[in-house]
Amino acid sequence: MTTVRRVGIPALSNGGGSMSSGRKNVLDLDDFSREELDGVLQNTTAMREVLNRSIRKVPALRGHTVITLFHEPSTRTRVSFEQAGKVLSADVINVTSAGSSSKKGESLYNTALTLQAMNADIIVIRHPHSGAPHFLARHLDSCIINAGDGAHAHPSQALLDMYTIKEKLGSIEGKRVAIVGDILYSRVGRSNLWGLLKMGAQVTLCAPPTLVPPDFLRPLPEEHPFASVRVTHRVEEALEGADVVMALRLQLERQASGHLPSLREYSRMFCITTRRMELAAPDAIVMHPGPMNEGIEIDPEVAHGVRSVIDQQVTNGVAVRMALLFGVVTPDRSAAGRGAAQ
Amino acid sequence: MSAVVKQVLIKGGRVIDPGSGLDEVTDVLLSNGLVEAVGKKIAAPEGADIIDATGLVVTPGFVDLHCHLREPGFEDKETIASGTRAAAAGGFTTVCAMSNTDPPMDNASTIDYVMRKAADEGAVRVLPIGSVTKASAGRELAEMAEMADAGAIGFSDDGHPVADDALMRQALTYASAFGLPIIEHCEVPELAAGGQINEGWVATRLGVKGVPAAAEEQMAARDIALAELTGSWVHLAHVSTAGTGDMVRRAKERGIKVTAEVTPHHLTLTEDVVLGHLTGGNSFDPLTADAYNTFAKVNPPLRSQADVDAMIAALAEGVIDAIATDHAPHNRQDKLSTLNDAAFGISNLETALGAVLSLVHADSLSLARLIESLTLGPARLLGDRAPAGLGTLATGAPADIALIDPDAEWIVRPENFVSKGKNTPLAGATLKGRVKTTIYAGRVVFDAEQGRAS
Repeated sequence: MTTVRRVGIPALSNGGGSMSSGRKNVLDLDDFSREELDGVLQNTTAMREVLNRSIRKVPALRGHTVITLFHEPSTRTRVSFEQAGKVLSADVINVTSAGSSSKKGESLYNTALTLQAMNADIIVIRHPHSGAPHFLARHLDSCIINAGDGAHAHPSQALLDMYTIKEKLGSIEGKRVAIVGDILYSRVGRSNLWGLLKMGAQVTLCAPPTLVPPDFLRPLPEEHPFASVRVTHRVEEALEGADVVMALRLQLERQASGHLPSLREYSRMFCITTRRMELAAPDAIVMHPGPMNEGIEIDPEVAHGVRSVIDQQVTNGVAVRMALLFGVVTPDRSAAGRGAAQ
Repeated sequence: MSAVVKQVLIKGGRVIDPGSGLDEVTDVLLSNGLVEAVGKKIAAPEGADIIDATGLVVTPGFVDLHCHLREPGFEDKETIASGTRAAAAGGFTTVCAMSNTDPPMDNASTIDYVMRKAADEGAVRVLPIGSVTKASAGRELAEMAEMADAGAIGFSDDGHPVADDALMRQALTYASAFGLPIIEHCEVPELAAGGQINEGWVATRLGVKGVPAAAEEQMAARDIALAELTGSWVHLAHVSTAGTGDMVRRAKERGIKVTAEVTPHHLTLTEDVVLGHLTGGNSFDPLTADAYNTFAKVNPPLRSQADVDAMIAALAEGVIDAIATDHAPHNRQDKLSTLNDAAFGISNLETALGAVLSLVHADSLSLARLIESLTLGPARLLGDRAPAGLGTLATGAPADIALIDPDAEWIVRPENFVSKGKNTPLAGATLKGRVKTTIYAGRVVFDAEQGRAS
């Protein structure tokens, strides 16, 4: 089985990589060790090699079913999971809330049981409620991969961000990363915090105080996992000497909800502009998880400028998701008469 | 219920009567549904049932100021029959039923319906709480005078505060005519909007919106100010923060007519339970699939350890008058969901005693004060709406008795609950102390050996 799954993919990590850890779910990065993160990043490189071939197909997940269950709109995350599954030869089925029985009032629990009954090996879930993937993981034997839950986590995005940083700057250890924007509601920011800190980065968060979780506005105890994180409300301070500048999407309803006086003021105070980028390290890179509000959190000149790695993030997204799909240990269904011949 | 009830002699138990301060091994004789005598070596009258209470604690039956019996309207969650049997299994012989039924108890005829139903089907005494406002909608006062005549013991829009300050002032003033309290669910709606659990690191960690302590404290401060202004009585339901405790203490010192209750869960559990571990574990540990525990979702939310400690201290001091369960039964699918979709509430009647006895076992609270806060403490707030002597073992008091084994260890198995609501964060937990027998109006309504309420 192991040999079959490896066919066609060179240089896969087997030391400390996710495949050897027996991981069933990818819910967030808080339960990844540094070694396991390294393993996923290494496997991502191997997957990139596959994606650079003229025929992009390997049989690693042949005979496996991947269901993407998206209860929120998404372009890049859903498409990249779908593509990742297809390159690995999995049967990929996409379910969105708009076209599913959830529109008829079916509960998430019953939807999940239905998908499990169809022998979904891996369920990739996006949901507006934090913890929806944990709920599925609690009740199903399918592997659960979190593709974004509420304001909680977006581990595959953080991994592709980390991979892109490593690719561009050589390593993550010791790098100064400024995350600018809606920290309060950003699942991307949170997953990056766990991942980047484990890899030894120095992280600065920057946002108006209304967009920072309230407990981050007070000193954190020494033993707190985020104790080393610096919080500032001045973007110039955050960008000073930064190796990586990560702009987060500002949800446009934050003005109406009273978090901000105006988008205009936000943009004046926090927009990543060419001028502000001069404060960063000379070879600093600019990232954005997308979709962007150009002119609000990021100036178009920066978003499409020489320091921007935003397109590479998207490309790396497919490879990272291949590594994650490949890395989870799918349920053994041989007892049910499947699998033995695969 | 027939008028003639057999005599019952409870022999050799440690009798704790907060009414008289009694705490000694002695006997209790019940006749005709009333307490006839408490004393050493009472001879058994002919034909009396004799209960050997050796090794047990004998107390007045518990009084719950705050529970949700769900009937009419939500009989899938609980009924008056199932809820009062659950009460009996938890040692409660008097329960005050909250008004948020469907239709709500916002007029005399619904109050009357609940009381008739309780008289026919209830295992213990049910005292209804009417709505403050019509349909508990917070716009116009409900017909409180008629409800008071029909038997309401207080008024509450529980689940929501009376958010309009001017209307709350009128409600307090109007209710003072009957000497009844407005029972307030303290929560500023705007501060609590969208909140699922306590605001703090756990909420940040889980990426869910929190309810700050200030949402409760701001409303409690307003209610205390209005109670002072009107000279009327406000009772604060399920207080949960250190700040509220301080305000109640200061208000009482100033002679303002404010009383307060606290739930078993706000005395014993913290917000960490939402992370999926009851004990041990650490809020910095990686989340597991058990995180987002919907059974720990309750309003007001489980708070911090500092709040729990403050609640225990306030109860010990008498700043908080009573333990009330806020028993909030739900059906299976109400909790089988994401945290956001899950209903608020804990099924509490059957675990209340075992949970709060942990405070006694940990020497945080005396057994005498604990029993008082389950009996005389709440009974005092019922005034003349309750039978004379309720919550005590005085001669002529109702023969409502709980026999407790304070050291019996048992594992919480929600599937064995008498309540229809199996929603508890304590499933699988070991509690020390349980109700052995419950007597209501001179009859045994629950016996642990028989397993079920009779």
